[in-house]
Amino acid sequence: MSLDLMSAAEIAMEHAKSLGMDQSEVALHHGTGVAVTARQQELETVEKHNDAQLVISVYKDQCTGSASSADLSEHGIRASVEAAISIARQTGQDECFGLADEDLMAKNKFDLDLYHPWDMDVDQMVELALECEANALEFDPRISNSEGASLNTYSGTAVYANSHGFSSEQKASQHSISCSVIGESDAGMQRDYWYDSDRNPTKLQSAKVIGKTAADRTVRRLDARKIASRECPVLFDAIMAKSLIGHLIGAIKGGVIYKKASFMLDKVGEQVLPEFVSVSENPHKLGAAGSAWHDGEGVATPQQRSIIGSGVLEGYVLGSFTARKLGLQSTANSGGVRNLLVSNTGHSYDELLAQMGTGLLVTELIGSGINSVTGDYSRGAAGFWVENGEMQYPVEEITIAGNLLDMYQKIVAIGNDADTRGNTECGSILLDNMTIAGS
Amino acid sequence: MTQSHYQIAHDLLLEPTGLDDNDLNQIIHRLNGAVKSSDVDFADLYFQHAKHESWSLDEGKVKTGSFNIDHGVGLRAISGEKTAFAYSEDLNKSAILAAAEVASAIGRQGQSITQGMPWKRDKVTALYGELDPINAMGDQEKVAILHKADQAAREHDSRVKEVMASLSAVYEAVLIVRSDGRQIADVRPLIRLNVSVIVEENGKRERGSTGGGGRLGLDYFDDALITNYAHEAVRQALVSLEAIDSPAGTMEVVLGAGWPGILLHEAVGHGLEGDFNRKGTSAFAGRIGEKVASELCTVVDDGTLADRRGSLSVDDEGNKTENTVLIENGILKGYMQDEHNAQLMNMPLTGNGRRESFAHLPMPRMTNTYMHAGKHDSEEIIRSVKKGLYAVNFGGGQVDITSGKFVFSSSEAYLIEDGKVTQPVKGATLIGNGPEAMQTISMVGSDLELDSGVGVCGKDGQSVPVGVGQPTLKMDALTVGGVQL
Repeated sequence: MSLDLMSAAEIAMEHAKSLGMDQSEVALHHGTGVAVTARQQELETVEKHNDAQLVISVYKDQCTGSASSADLSEHGIRASVEAAISIARQTGQDECFGLADEDLMAKNKFDLDLYHPWDMDVDQMVELALECEANALEFDPRISNSEGASLNTYSGTAVYANSHGFSSEQKASQHSISCSVIGESDAGMQRDYWYDSDRNPTKLQSAKVIGKTAADRTVRRLDARKIASRECPVLFDAIMAKSLIGHLIGAIKGGVIYKKASFMLDKVGEQVLPEFVSVSENPHKLGAAGSAWHDGEGVATPQQRSIIGSGVLEGYVLGSFTARKLGLQSTANSGGVRNLLVSNTGHSYDELLAQMGTGLLVTELIGSGINSVTGDYSRGAAGFWVENGEMQYPVEEITIAGNLLDMYQKIVAIGNDADTRGNTECGSILLDNMTIAGS
Repeated sequence: MTQSHYQIAHDLLLEPTGLDDNDLNQIIHRLNGAVKSSDVDFADLYFQHAKHESWSLDEGKVKTGSFNIDHGVGLRAISGEKTAFAYSEDLNKSAILAAAEVASAIGRQGQSITQGMPWKRDKVTALYGELDPINAMGDQEKVAILHKADQAAREHDSRVKEVMASLSAVYEAVLIVRSDGRQIADVRPLIRLNVSVIVEENGKRERGSTGGGGRLGLDYFDDALITNYAHEAVRQALVSLEAIDSPAGTMEVVLGAGWPGILLHEAVGHGLEGDFNRKGTSAFAGRIGEKVASELCTVVDDGTLADRRGSLSVDDEGNKTENTVLIENGILKGYMQDEHNAQLMNMPLTGNGRRESFAHLPMPRMTNTYMHAGKHDSEEIIRSVKKGLYAVNFGGGQVDITSGKFVFSSSEAYLIEDGKVTQPVKGATLIGNGPEAMQTISMVGSDLELDSGVGVCGKDGQSVPVGVGQPTLKMDALTVGGVQL
């Protein structure tokens, strides 16, 4: 297998051209990683990862086809190109197909500080995992069992090239530490976890903090109760709050908009969130999970783009195909949004609890009960019952329900306690009212 | 059949790089290194060739298609509770031998117990054909399937505004080479057709989705079946247009036959996978012989059903799949096991060792999980409910196996009032605690149905195809997550 990704991209595009294709684009990656898990203070698994893939899309007479393979030999690359062409022969025409417009291609490459390999051997990784889990197991006598602590490291190279002549090569890394433990009381077992993830291993929370946090989160769930059905205010903690923003972004993606399969259809220019909320993406943020100087089609990403300003939806999330379908311009979002930032109302987490007074703090959501066409929302939840701003007892086996369009309007405050892991930075979100189903 | 499976796997996986039995022996020995003498020590190689093709239609056109081809080998060595794992997409001997060095990470040293040669090739009774569904049908015919679905949906009702349909076909050949000297080959087709529609009336939009498939050729999707899927998707969407807010709270719930068996997958299935029970992290751990469901409940995991999506002739460790009784008349009978967990727990193998691909470690997974039929007529079950919910279609589900809390989200449900199905209600998530909820099953219908073949199960980031099924059943108390108090 050849791992010179740029040469592989050139071979693919040349082959596509020689077979009469109008345009082509290729994305490749090669990465290696190691994952170790320690459980009950013993090494449990060591996994070595080594992945490579090529994805080619070809365009001919407004038809398209794509193919992918891990076979990066010259023979394998040619076979993938031919497979893509054979598919393009059968697909229907759509004048919106094709590469992104040439004048949108990113011209300025810059270093986004994404590559920090973790120089560590397996023994050192095992040692850190053991330390992480030990801190969880020792945290409280009610910690009775463990699913273990894991370390993951990954670094690799991604190449994107298209027949406009655009090409880019980006090295990137991603590392994580996680721990999941089980606590037990007379009422039964509970499990929770904690993790950190970063491109730069020196920025990760310590193994000790992750172990202790996992245990603390587990113990506080013990003896959870079901509460009676009611309507009350609900505070989504900073981790769960991200999911509310995720549903919103999912509903303004070009693909669901042009198919008219979204509850956010035709909402551009409308007040979809309270006036005090703004949402932007920040693709050039250094060292962040979603950073990129071009999108999945080579289109230059902006330093910052406002998606929701003062509560008003300013535009959709578009790649070139969906933009053309809607008669709009690409927003450089092929491959998704990058480093979302949700504004806050300056409240601390404790202030939000106080503002809620009596209500439900949601710290876990399960199930996928969301109708993306209507916005109807019904999910399993667990968390804490709060009275007078104080956590009273853990709650489980309940659901929270509403309609997302309505829920977004009911946001009364957003905390300054954002969880900075991952692609969305958003503090805890307080809604003044939702329906809880319980006993 | 068996010989041809081996031949197909050999030709696709070993022949191109000239790997022979001696090479496999050498690789297994390198991986097994020098194994400590312990009866759980084990190593295996999982060679896999996988082709996947998919086509999708919207706006009346087949807009996109994609083709993926991959092959590789996963190498695993086990010592006690420790597992070392690596994989190689390069099937040359030197690359595989290099990947085998991962075993040193778990400190394998001592006497070798590797058997290796002479290799024994297991006779496998195939539960499905060995036809490559991608090659067996021309691209034009595949595209025609999607156009047929589009046309059938649009002609069925003028309120249909958009039809999205997708067709996928997978062809896999696997060769499992084990340190106990066994070699097992399997050839696995898998197809799926999904139809989804958007309907609109008076400015209100709704969606309906259906689909099906199995380990079959694409000619399974004949005009009658395609039309059936399309009409069913339209029917569901139109029902949703009429739906009122769902009630909230704990009430009697009747679940329809077939796909609602996702209940069993979430409420008991995951909790009965061997790994969680060996580690004691499942709410069902240590409860074999105890009553964990009402006596009306007999639940099995059956990987031996011909042509079904969740079925396998052999699991991904080369062991025959079985029809495993999990719960019999309410009593917990056993767990689903893979090689590693069965040995550590000293329990029988059940053929549930599965993996997403060569690049993933196997673990205990479900195949087709369903409840045996009971004696009640489904009408009688509905008549017995004064006020409750009748849920017949579902989206996804999820479970926390430690606390036992499970959810599954309905996409088509109705109110039952005074023994009659009345108004449709909007989708609501149902939530319960597995061992407790199963105890409240008070009536089980005689109408056992299996799902149409669309299930995907996720665990530890690995997806595998599964099936579910059940007869109509009544739960006396389940929490319904609506908005209407």
